[in-house]
Amino acid sequence: MTTDVDAGRRRFLTATVGVVGGVAAAGVAVPYLVAWQPSERARAIGAPIEVDISKIEPGQMLVQQWRGKPVWIVSRPPAVLEALPGLDARLRDPDSSQDQQPQYARNEFRSIKPEILVLIGICTHLGCAPSYVKQDEAPLGAGWPGGFFCPCHGSRFDYAGRVYSGVPAPTNLVVPPHMYVTDTRILIGADEGSA
Amino acid sequence: MNRIIAAIVLGLLPLATLGAGGGVTPMSANNNLEDNTSLQRGAKVFVNFCMGCHSMGYMRYSRMADDIGLERDLVAQHLMFTTEKIGDPMKIAMRVDDASGWFGVAPPDLSVIARARGVDWLYTYLTTFYADPDPARPFGVNNVMFPDVGMPHVLWPLQGVQSYIKAERPANTVSEQVVRIESDESGFALSTSVTTKDGETAHVTDRLEVTVPGSMTPAEYRKTVRDLVNFLDYAGEPVKLLRFQIGFWALLLLAVFAVAARLLYKEYWRDVH
Amino acid sequence: MKAMLTGLLQWTDARFPLTKLWNEHLARYYAPKNFNLWYYFGSLALVMLVIQIFSGIWLTMFYKPSAEEAFASVEYIMREVPMGWFIRYMHTTGASFFFLVVYLHMFRGMMYGSYKNPRELIWIIGMLIYLCMMVEGFFGYLLPWGQMSYWGAQVIISLFGALPFGLGEPLTLWIRGDYVVADATLNRFFALHVAAVPLALLALIGAHIMALHEVGSNNPDGIEIKKDKDASGVPRDGIPFHPYYTVKDIWGLAICLILFAGVLFFAPTFFGYFIEKPNFVPANPLKTPEHIAPVWYFTPYYAILRAIPDKLTGVIAMFASVLIFFFLPWLDRHPIKSIRYRGTLFRLLLGTFVITFIVLGYLGTQAPTPAKSELGFRLGELYFAFFLILWLYSKERTQSFNYTVLGIVAVLLIFFDAIRFDSENGALMLVSSLLVIGYFVVFVLGSMYTRLNQPKPVPERVT
Repeated sequence: MTTDVDAGRRRFLTATVGVVGGVAAAGVAVPYLVAWQPSERARAIGAPIEVDISKIEPGQMLVQQWRGKPVWIVSRPPAVLEALPGLDARLRDPDSSQDQQPQYARNEFRSIKPEILVLIGICTHLGCAPSYVKQDEAPLGAGWPGGFFCPCHGSRFDYAGRVYSGVPAPTNLVVPPHMYVTDTRILIGADEGSA
Repeated sequence: MNRIIAAIVLGLLPLATLGAGGGVTPMSANNNLEDNTSLQRGAKVFVNFCMGCHSMGYMRYSRMADDIGLERDLVAQHLMFTTEKIGDPMKIAMRVDDASGWFGVAPPDLSVIARARGVDWLYTYLTTFYADPDPARPFGVNNVMFPDVGMPHVLWPLQGVQSYIKAERPANTVSEQVVRIESDESGFALSTSVTTKDGETAHVTDRLEVTVPGSMTPAEYRKTVRDLVNFLDYAGEPVKLLRFQIGFWALLLLAVFAVAARLLYKEYWRDVH
Repeated sequence: MKAMLTGLLQWTDARFPLTKLWNEHLARYYAPKNFNLWYYFGSLALVMLVIQIFSGIWLTMFYKPSAEEAFASVEYIMREVPMGWFIRYMHTTGASFFFLVVYLHMFRGMMYGSYKNPRELIWIIGMLIYLCMMVEGFFGYLLPWGQMSYWGAQVIISLFGALPFGLGEPLTLWIRGDYVVADATLNRFFALHVAAVPLALLALIGAHIMALHEVGSNNPDGIEIKKDKDASGVPRDGIPFHPYYTVKDIWGLAICLILFAGVLFFAPTFFGYFIEKPNFVPANPLKTPEHIAPVWYFTPYYAILRAIPDKLTGVIAMFASVLIFFFLPWLDRHPIKSIRYRGTLFRLLLGTFVITFIVLGYLGTQAPTPAKSELGFRLGELYFAFFLILWLYSKERTQSFNYTVLGIVAVLLIFFDAIRFDSENGALMLVSSLLVIGYFVVFVLGSMYTRLNQPKPVPERVT
């Protein structure tokens, strides 16, 4: 049946068909993979939200929802801000060296304006929702001046969302991208770089 | 084998004639999806005239803005009346119950109307409203494409009011049917087939003429409707142009694949005698 | 590296018949070397199945099977899911291509007598696959919940209402789970469409291929290649399926995919035949579309149903027109398999059947007029006449036998025309009856008084 087979030509053509067919198969696979990305609806619902902060009192916390997550907006009185640097020694990452915040919030107050703190209210340990403990409320445990306390596993954070040493949570709380549209309106979910 | 194919083809020929006949053949919309300025004008007409009653619930303002080349901010300022979020779908405030009470049926959502009706139908429908004094007509108008239509002629401030000018026809006419519509400078010519009592058919040409002018000339109005229909065509399937683009590359790749596969097949089959 | 792979293969073969399966179904499955164009469609059908399964699984990730949300969720897939339109069009185009390919595959079987001994069971299993596909297509068509989905389902379910003895109404109610097609219907059709029927299809397709590889493939000459083997037991006219037919089928697949992509990207609704226009209007139980037509792959049977003016008879005729294919191996018992050697009249007979089927399919898409209904009725008669003539041609018949058959046919035809006769359509009936009379004159008298039905000598080896 076989006489003179050009094995080289066969190998070359087989490889060609294999490669071109592989490219085609990969091309078909792409739509199937990207279909799992958030849809236009999810993106529209997860679009940045605008929050009016003109009514917020010092010490008060506003809770908003963005992309299904709680976002805290806390107005910190001067006394709280003054106490923050003194806590550095007891914190795991006092200088915010871990990438848990946009560049513009990588400062000692972890915020754009010192008094207004914006945080994602989800514990970096296992995703529970910590509670806000005000300075004048009874501190939990000896020498804790208040901040955020996670009831699930007892993680503690200060008023800048920085995590204490010796608690289960590994990193500081996340600061979402945000920007000031006006003095009293914050856009959460977008910043100068993206909007 | 070839004889069988020839027989099948010959057998199918009479079908072509069977398929003809019945109903008005709409005019061609001749819209161009790649013309962004036309789409933008169409969107403006849609929002200002149609969205009083019709929603476009499967379309988001943001998607529309991006696709037809409008700034999102401009859309938010000039085209959004029912919501303030650019990512919202183009819904309206009218409640279905109210709408059913006012119009008999709720005005349908128009997201996919161009796919259900076709652009040519929509174009002809929106250009061939005419005044109908019959007191049974709730809004005083009727339509060549959609007899006894339930919708008022919302675009009349632009088009004006058209009158149906009937040509002379046999006295014993029992039924008639518009078969073809052609636009000209002053309106539309309606080729109409009439059947007399004796069963004879004749052709007459009626006309639609603007008798109360609107803010546009007939030609300007037709262009405006073409823009609107173009926008509805886009909204019916926003990915259409993308589909053509991807399709071109897919066919190119498959053609290369076919050539390689053909060579491989012929190479192996040199073994078979 | 190579030694490791060989080792792995040996390890596997000791535990699972991998090499054995490979050899039995590909490398040492000897297929006749004379396959022509018509032999591409089996493997293409398999590819279409894979396309349907993948695109279908993905669609279920976004589709909502509820009357409230179904229509909107389809538009959600078309607009909001990234590349969702591609997946959905793949599924709609795939459904039509699957049927197209399977119809051509079946026609191949009829041309070359592939349903005859020893392949009756392959044909029967194939018919079961076809039935499953029809059921699958019917269930799937309801899911977009457009006007045509809704009213199509309503009409087809109502067919079961024709059942006698008061069984019809309770049965339709049970199928729908509500007094009209409703949410409950949609939910159960969804479950059957995505799980039950596909499982049955997969099992049947496995059985189809196993049965085929047991007896071996037929070929355009209709000769059994296994009857002529060389010293090593390999059929002289056979070649290993792999690589020869794998490379050939890849070439065929490439052409098929070009057509597929052409439709998917440039005409996904295929001028209203693959996705019908009224299906872009959400289902409305209060308003029937002006004209209801099923998707093209059902229209030949739908035309037969509509042509008959009595509901129960029409339903019976429609089901009979599908089920009669099951009996093909026993209706046509002519010893020669291939159309190549069966004589001119057989060619004409099969060609006429194809035209009948296609014209019926066209009529099924059209709004009924008196002339079209009459043509549908006559073509329905020709449809069944085809199977009668096949049976008549199975062996040499005496003149008196042929005339007896003609007599019985004449009585039946006159009977059917008599009960549907009225003064309005009398003339039309008279004219159209020429079609049927001509058919029987050509095929019965033609076989008696001409040599057109003489078979040709069948060669020893494939050509």
